[in-house]
Amino acid sequence: MSLIAFLGSIETGLLFGLVALGVFLSFRVLNFPDLTVDGSLPLGAATSATLIVNGADPYLATLAAVFAGACAGLVTAFLNVRLKILHLLASILTMIGLHTVNLRIMGKPNQALLGEETVFTPFEGLGLPYYWLIPIFLLILVTLVLVLLNLYLGSESGLGMRATGSNQRMAASQGIETGRMKLLGIAMSNGLVGLAGALFAQIQGGADITMGVGVIVVGLAAVILGEAVLSTRTILLATIACILGSILYRLVVALALNAEFLGLQAQDLKLITAVLVVVAMTLPDARRRWLSSRRKSGASS
Amino acid sequence: MIEMRDICVTFNAGMVIETRALRSLELSIPEGEFITVIGSNGAGKTTLLNTIAGETPVDSGSVLIDGTDVTTWSTARRARLAARVFQDPMAGTCENLSIEENLALASARGRSRGLRSAVNPGRRKDFQARIGALGLGLDDRLGDRMGLLSGGQRQAVSLVMATLNPMKILLLDEHTAALDPKTAAYVMDLTDRIVGDVGLTTLMVTHSMRQALDHGTRTLMLHEGKIVLDVAAEQRKGLGVEDLLHLFESVRGSQLDDDKLLLS
Repeated sequence: MSLIAFLGSIETGLLFGLVALGVFLSFRVLNFPDLTVDGSLPLGAATSATLIVNGADPYLATLAAVFAGACAGLVTAFLNVRLKILHLLASILTMIGLHTVNLRIMGKPNQALLGEETVFTPFEGLGLPYYWLIPIFLLILVTLVLVLLNLYLGSESGLGMRATGSNQRMAASQGIETGRMKLLGIAMSNGLVGLAGALFAQIQGGADITMGVGVIVVGLAAVILGEAVLSTRTILLATIACILGSILYRLVVALALNAEFLGLQAQDLKLITAVLVVVAMTLPDARRRWLSSRRKSGASS
Repeated sequence: MIEMRDICVTFNAGMVIETRALRSLELSIPEGEFITVIGSNGAGKTTLLNTIAGETPVDSGSVLIDGTDVTTWSTARRARLAARVFQDPMAGTCENLSIEENLALASARGRSRGLRSAVNPGRRKDFQARIGALGLGLDDRLGDRMGLLSGGQRQAVSLVMATLNPMKILLLDEHTAALDPKTAAYVMDLTDRIVGDVGLTTLMVTHSMRQALDHGTRTLMLHEGKIVLDVAAEQRKGLGVEDLLHLFESVRGSQLDDDKLLLS
């Protein structure tokens, strides 16, 4: 793998690390399987791209994308908490609705950002080539998000959110407004994904209505891979694992696509990801069963 | 002072399996009283507790805590007034969180939760002292996951959690039922100690008549959603399990067919 390809994997890994953190918040912290992210990633991309081509400051446009993502999360959580729709279904409904919203925002299926100013423009003066500049920018940003997220999850409010996902009945009996915690947590989660979408659009030079397909699986793959390689005993380790998992996922994919004898092509990516998630999710259980069966046969012989 | 006025609770209303869990129940609990509640399965013991905690909404009637009508309040809102220990040791704590995080959660009961760090050195010291007082050797394991503790240890920590902050009433829902006899006795001792120290207003549901008479200051017996027996003070002293059964029979005017269950 060339240096540029390697840095490219790191870059995408870091970017989708933000998605992984969002998925971690919903799936792991709140125990709320939220598929909204398939809609909120392109929502963030569409919002920022449309604002930028209309002359908005790229930083404000990115902030607006975070806000838009958070609103999408609020809708899903509202459907679940207040209207009592099953969480999974609530998120699918929002995701489908967002497809229309995204088309309406852009007014067309895609919005190019060629030659436009982006959040990276002010740093061009540093003289770094883009394949270095963007990963470094993302590394700093992801670290910042990681620190803030950890500070929050270690706070009284954040602890309330973790209790809501871990034992809702107990949380309520301790005076935690569990409904409000879900609204906040799913909004935060999708705000992060909106941020990832906005940056993705500015990195790849445009927003596209299809860019959200399968984002949830990629995010989940990163979370699960991270859990496989790093202990998740503390929140700090678990969140770092999300980022590492995301980078690892991209490196594995890049290596697989590079290995010519495998004959894999870029369009095989989604199937590979789906299979990877299935394997990663069933592996720990299969391993346990295999170990216990070996122990049993060992004891009887 | 807790007052329950004309409380009716019906489950599955209008269906074949309709159950009238509480029927016009009236109860007044003066401050500092430790009430034990007994009754056969389905008598409405847990429902009574749940209506005070706010988990089960009432069909009619009202619940007043210190003169405030809390009938329409959510569980979370009532948490400021009522603390609770569940029957299932898993239910009262978060197993994925550490012991100190569980304590931190409980220490914010009844307060608004802000962005302050939940566990800081000052608090950790306080938690250590309180957990140390249990004598279970948990004081240097505050960082351990709650899930690593045994059922008895978890119930003991739950009791500490429930009593970290001031409250109007402590609700104990058969909190020793899931424990082995020795651990149950330990947790019951601990309960007496904690409740007695500050004279907490307490409502304890139990399956054991022995436990109901040996602890607390007043005993209620529920049957089919009504209080059929209410003994306190002199009348309660010297009362044995046998007497309780006879009293119950005379009140009901019928032979109990499930005394085995009550005696257990």
